[in-house]
Amino acid sequence: MATLEIRALRKRFGSLEILKGIDISLEQGGFLVLVGPSGCGKSTLLNTIAGLESISSGEILIGGQVVNDLHPSKRDIAMVFQSYALYPNMSVGENIAFGMEMRGVPKPEREKAVAVVAKTLQIEHLLGRRPSQLSGGQRQRVAMGRALVRQPRVFLFDEPLSNLDAKLRVDMRVEIKRLHQQTGTTIVYVTHDQIEAMTLATKIAVLKDGELQQVGTPAEIYNSPSNLFVADFMGSPAMNLLEGTVKGVNGARRIVLERHDHPPIVLPIPANADESQLSDGAKVIFGIRPEAVNDKESIDRGAKSVATFDARVEIVEPAGSDTFVVTRAAGKELTARMRADTQLRIGENHTFAFNLDKAVLFDPQTSRRI
Amino acid sequence: MTAAADALAAPPSREPARHSMTTRVVIYGALVLFAIVYLMPLVVMVMTSLKPLDEVTGGNMFYFPHDLTFEPWKKAWGTSCVGLTCEGIKGYVWNSVKMVVPAVLISSLLGALNGYVLTKWRFPGHKLVFGMMLFACFIPFQSVLIPMATILGKLGGIGQTLIDTTGFSWGFGNPTVNLVLVHVVYGLGFTTLFFRNYYETFPTELIKAAQIDGASFFQIFRRILLPNSAPIFIVTVIYQFTNIWNDFLFGSTFAAGDSSPMTVALYNIVNTSTGVIEYNVNMAAAIIAAAPTLVVYILAGRYFVRGLMAGAVKG
Repeated sequence: MATLEIRALRKRFGSLEILKGIDISLEQGGFLVLVGPSGCGKSTLLNTIAGLESISSGEILIGGQVVNDLHPSKRDIAMVFQSYALYPNMSVGENIAFGMEMRGVPKPEREKAVAVVAKTLQIEHLLGRRPSQLSGGQRQRVAMGRALVRQPRVFLFDEPLSNLDAKLRVDMRVEIKRLHQQTGTTIVYVTHDQIEAMTLATKIAVLKDGELQQVGTPAEIYNSPSNLFVADFMGSPAMNLLEGTVKGVNGARRIVLERHDHPPIVLPIPANADESQLSDGAKVIFGIRPEAVNDKESIDRGAKSVATFDARVEIVEPAGSDTFVVTRAAGKELTARMRADTQLRIGENHTFAFNLDKAVLFDPQTSRRI
Repeated sequence: MTAAADALAAPPSREPARHSMTTRVVIYGALVLFAIVYLMPLVVMVMTSLKPLDEVTGGNMFYFPHDLTFEPWKKAWGTSCVGLTCEGIKGYVWNSVKMVVPAVLISSLLGALNGYVLTKWRFPGHKLVFGMMLFACFIPFQSVLIPMATILGKLGGIGQTLIDTTGFSWGFGNPTVNLVLVHVVYGLGFTTLFFRNYYETFPTELIKAAQIDGASFFQIFRRILLPNSAPIFIVTVIYQFTNIWNDFLFGSTFAAGDSSPMTVALYNIVNTSTGVIEYNVNMAAAIIAAAPTLVVYILAGRYFVRGLMAGAVKG
């Protein structure tokens, strides 16, 4: 267990810069999830923390100690790989004990440690088998066992669940969360699945093209994304991002969303927006999550600011727990997350409501939040 | 659409069955024919080696032996004349074994090590190095004879100095050691190619995991890579064994007299200029010379095909 600190980390391959100055710090026992589209550098960042790739400049500190030049085995970390990376020529028990064997731990101690870990993960009956004789979920457990047995200061997970089927993925996600709560180990976890990020993390770092977009708690990332990329990337279905114009209406500033076949939607400025950055005639991106768009009567009762508008229903997607209703505003699709038993039909006109407490504004030029 | 529907609706016709019968006859006929063509020399060799000499010279070579005898085999093994000595080929078979076993093992292991470095410990210019090693596969044997002779001569000089100072040559200048060296150097291009291509598909995450586990460069090689290289190792061993065992040019150039390998001895037996040509003894000696490669193919042949296919498809 230890803190992790990354300072001004850069990684270059020739003239190509993969990581462009990353600063993150993670408290002891924290769960940091690195998330971003493929090629954003999140796996490279994890590999540099592990020491599997060198860094061009900057510092990595584990437990306050600079580990830039330490060999991976000396950093007191353990890593779980996407492909599990179990040694195919060794039994499960030998796989888990291999690291200890390399460090010269005597055999009786190794066996004891393996037994403890096997019990925690409920893989005692598998210890004599080869990795090829295991199912995907079992392999995943063994890979975690190999990491656990080291009792490392920092756990590194590289997309550990992406090779599992949907059901197993949810189970293992819960298991990882439980493991984290039990052991209280500092964890860095790479994923491209934003639901994994939201459910597991105490801190999320969103990366794009080697640059940190935002670091914050899952709630911060979800509710107040710092720019358009984060807003669009996190959340499923994605946040509705509609282009609007700032106009003075009856002496007050309003956001106007133009529509073809309906009168424009006129909205007050959301309370969380910095009004001083707005000027009449400026273009803004109005962002609102699907769950903040609903029927007038179903909208959150505690909402302080609600705006209603009429729109035509274009698509109805029942998803079991909710029904997604797609309509149109400002030339783009607008998704509303509604009750599962909603009676809306395609082609109907319906009165929708925005919960403006949850709405955010972005500057289309800089793509930053206003 | 109608054509397809008709084809589906039509009752199964006999046409395809008769058609496939003819095809089968043609295919198997051709296979049997070629098998006979390929087997005929071996059959003639075996039959000739089991006949007394007068039956060989007097009769038809396709006739079965009338007086079955194993004398030619005994003579070839123990008493036939190679050059001036008449002790058979047994000593030369042993020469070949002493040369082939170390040469095959060393070149295969070094090839595996090269493949490991070229795929998992890449350095700037690794492609160039691999390209140059590949080039070794295309250099004709003949062109390296003279430079190699110069190098071996130098090594012999070192050996002589060592004898003068320490009383033992430490292998320098020993013809068998020389041949091992030549075959290792010449084989490295091929073994590196085999292992590099195999390790290219070997998951790099395993290497990373072993690094985090604290395994060193050679520990990873020995504990992780080598135990998972059986298919390509067999391919390489078969390939190297066949090539080195069958080599004549290097053997005849760099190892003379008593230290020459089997192939050279066989040539000397067959090419004797004195007395009657003993075809039956020659045939027995030739079969003895060819036997090891035949055995290797029969024992490990199925792995050869499997190994060449391994890595082509995942799984």
